Amino acid sequence: MYKKKGRLHSIETFGAVDGPGIRTVFFMQGCPARCLYCHNPDSWGNDGGRDIDIAEVVHWAERGKPYYGDKGGVTFSGGEPLLQGEFLIEAINALKEVGIGSAIDTSGTYVDQFTEEAVCASELILLDIKHPISERFEIITGRKQDTLFELIDIINRNGKHVWIRNVVVPDINDTKEDIKALNEFIKRVRYIDKVELLGYHTMAVDKYGKLGITYRLKGVPPMDGQKLNDLKKLVTTSSTTDAVSQVVIG
Amino acid sequence: MRKEWEGFVPGSWVDNIDVEEFIHLNYKPYDGDASFLAGATERTKECFARVQELLVQERKAGGTLKVDASRIMRINAFGPGYIVPGKDVIVGLQTDEPLKRGICPFGGIKMVREEVAEFGEKLPEEIDRMFDYITTHNDGVFKAYSKEMKQVRHLGFITGLPDAYGRGRIIGDYRRAALYGIDHLIEEKEKDHEMIASRAIMSEENIRTAEEVHNQIKSLKEIKKMAESYGYDISGPAKDVKEAIQWTYFAYLAGIKEENGAAMSIGRTSTFIDIYAERDLERGVYTEEQIQEFIDDYILKLRVARHLRTNEYNELFGGDPMWITEGIGGVGVDGRHKVTKNSFRVLQTLYNLGPAPEPNLTVLWSKQLPEPFKKFCAQVSIDTDSVQYENDDKMRPTYGEDYSIACCVSAIQMGQQIQFFGARCNLAKILLLGLNGGIDERTGEHVGPQMEQIGDGPIDFDDAWKRFNIYLEWLCGLYVNIMNIIHFMHDKYDFESSQMAFLNSELKRLMAFGVAGFSVAADSLSAIKYAKVYPIRDENGVIVDFRTEGEFPKYGNDDDRVDEIAVKISERTIEELRKHPTYRNAVHTLSVLTITSNVMYGKKTGNTPDGRRAGTPFAPGANPMHERDSHGAIASLNSVSKIDWDTCQDGVSNTFSITPEALGKERDDQINTLVGLLGGYFDRGAHHLNVNVLNRSLLEDAYENPEKYPNLTVRVSGYAVRFNALSKNHQKEVIARTFHSHV
Repeated sequence: MYKKKGRLHSIETFGAVDGPGIRTVFFMQGCPARCLYCHNPDSWGNDGGRDIDIAEVVHWAERGKPYYGDKGGVTFSGGEPLLQGEFLIEAINALKEVGIGSAIDTSGTYVDQFTEEAVCASELILLDIKHPISERFEIITGRKQDTLFELIDIINRNGKHVWIRNVVVPDINDTKEDIKALNEFIKRVRYIDKVELLGYHTMAVDKYGKLGITYRLKGVPPMDGQKLNDLKKLVTTSSTTDAVSQVVIG
Repeated sequence: MRKEWEGFVPGSWVDNIDVEEFIHLNYKPYDGDASFLAGATERTKECFARVQELLVQERKAGGTLKVDASRIMRINAFGPGYIVPGKDVIVGLQTDEPLKRGICPFGGIKMVREEVAEFGEKLPEEIDRMFDYITTHNDGVFKAYSKEMKQVRHLGFITGLPDAYGRGRIIGDYRRAALYGIDHLIEEKEKDHEMIASRAIMSEENIRTAEEVHNQIKSLKEIKKMAESYGYDISGPAKDVKEAIQWTYFAYLAGIKEENGAAMSIGRTSTFIDIYAERDLERGVYTEEQIQEFIDDYILKLRVARHLRTNEYNELFGGDPMWITEGIGGVGVDGRHKVTKNSFRVLQTLYNLGPAPEPNLTVLWSKQLPEPFKKFCAQVSIDTDSVQYENDDKMRPTYGEDYSIACCVSAIQMGQQIQFFGARCNLAKILLLGLNGGIDERTGEHVGPQMEQIGDGPIDFDDAWKRFNIYLEWLCGLYVNIMNIIHFMHDKYDFESSQMAFLNSELKRLMAFGVAGFSVAADSLSAIKYAKVYPIRDENGVIVDFRTEGEFPKYGNDDDRVDEIAVKISERTIEELRKHPTYRNAVHTLSVLTITSNVMYGKKTGNTPDGRRAGTPFAPGANPMHERDSHGAIASLNSVSKIDWDTCQDGVSNTFSITPEALGKERDDQINTLVGLLGGYFDRGAHHLNVNVLNRSLLEDAYENPEKYPNLTVRVSGYAVRFNALSKNHQKEVIARTFHSHV
């Protein structure tokens, strides 16, 4: 039987924007990063959430199976799912046994001895590039960028395909230069299937109030749709993937 | 073969009335996409603009534009009427003007008096006095009701009984008019009459049927006359697609002229009509643009159909619906799908004429539908919120390949089956009555079997379940008897001759019962089982509230612990109903469907153990209670999919609202996701889904600024409405529903 227990924030049984097709999304509890615009601050602490075992992961994923079609499956998101690499390995392998593929949605802020095996077991990595420039990366996440480089090496080494994501926040990373830097940065990633620019929104502000955490982007307006559209046109990839690169507005 | 049938593959349909076989032998499945479709012609735009104008006037007038109480609605009570005289390509209106409503008093004169009075008019004295001598359906029913029947009715244990107006839900096979012409139908009916009236034993059933067939023949003759007034001779078969639509529509029109039944489905006409369209395209008789124009005008006619209703009726069934339900797609018994170009054309009217609630377009979904059609349906849902879906793979094995949807979600075999419909019983109130040992929680009235109240708690689940079943048993018995009275009297005093004329003379019958408060009852029983529930009594000792300690699983989260309770409730209800014999040996069926009456049922129900406050609306149909389905859309859909259609063959209705953003970032993604959701849901054996793709904020804005959204259409429960046509209370309830969204 399965030994491991994971720490879970919540389950979304219907995810259509976290990887291809319809997906069951497990939001794992705990995150080393403290991103300025995080919309799930309640998923930060390792002590929050609840326990989940592999059997329950498989149970929920199987309930979603009729909806997955050819593309769908499971996405492990968070929090930072790689913080629970050992659990992830076992969960992804157990899902594989019942014919369900998994994606990992990561912030690139954490790598440990389990990361490579977890990445290797997954089908797709959703890689959130918080910022291409290391100083800015640190300002946004509160973490060093080194782990992101390490993770990209692991992903490339294992030939994994990636969806690049980047949250665009007014006055933080919404200039042409920011996108140019992003273009330059993602050249490091070998197989890119998609690049998504996601507009910053303020829907999480209330959550901070309830949790008694100061919201550090107070007063920053939601990202303007038109401007985001314009930035989208600047995105380029030189990925070697066969899939046509798509740029998507979030 | 008649010359009108040249080019059709012959079969036994040539000698016997068999539209199903005609379709089966002659339709051409279409596997392509929507690119062949034509837009609205200038003529269509002009007629549509006129209807838009009239709709604005109707709204300004408070919902009813005109009432003509000067005569009783009969097939030929009014002369011809047009939307734009000289411009209508498919002709025929209920009265002589669009949106003008007439009176149908044979269901109940009392209701007609109210309707007319509410509109500020009076019934002409000669009509009023006629009913001193005429018994209506309504009169008959109340002559036969027992005291207890009246009591469960007024306390709200059973609500929505069609005992004061036309029962509806009958679907004539109006296609027969087009395929055979009226004269042939009359000949066949005359043969039937002679055969039935000559039987060795003239039993009550045979006498009744003989009289019914006689009346049908009379109606057929009247329908011919009505068509003549519009310049058409429909005694013979239709010779082309335009005539096929026109003949079919005339046949339907007669029914909605005479009958104000709650639900007046049109059946399953699109693939039938396509056979004529294909023949005309091949022969070069009509172009694609012309055929689309005929379909647009046909649909526009259905959009201006109206019945006169009372305010009280609207409170129960909001949005002024007629339930002109049209079934689209599905699969044949040989495995070929029944999607034709005309399936696309009918959906295309939602672009050519904008979104609208009527006709109630219902896609009969199957795994085997062609992918381009599935995508087109999803696209139309995303753009218009005007389509509902039902599981053909589930219904076809029972009802064959040529069934239609009566009212919202209920299948019946075309031509050979009718449905006796009536109301819903309130499951939440049954539970409360059980806990109170036979005292109504709102009034303190004693009703049903009397027993000790339940103790001070925590309430024991087995005890509560036992009590629930005792009262369910009692109410189901009463419910069947009430329905027997209603349909006996309706057949006797308000027989739908003009609709029945297009059906077999000797029919199979279903008797469709319903439940309301489904999710409230399931969650309340779950609270009793998994949390601690303590009754709270008022000064008279009646249990009027509950203190619920601890967490309990809620229906709508794919949690088997509570979903099993929900399933059990549906199974127990149909078991109880089946114990009681029905009028004319109808087969018992059950629906979990509320229309908008979930608001009224909630109003009539006290506090419940699940924490719902007294008077709060129930969730519609089989939906999980508002916002309690917190694990995402699929968990919610999966819970509902567990309710087995085989126990609820009248339908398990689920109304689903999702934001466009949750479906995906790009239009293609959204379409594919919706196709995937529908496919997964129906693969699990689920029965019905209303799909709304919109944001709550849009509805909130429409609530505050109705004039900004004249055409905003939403699916509510087995049917769609113009949001503006709902009462504020109904609007609030729709806004309070779960919107599956992405954060």
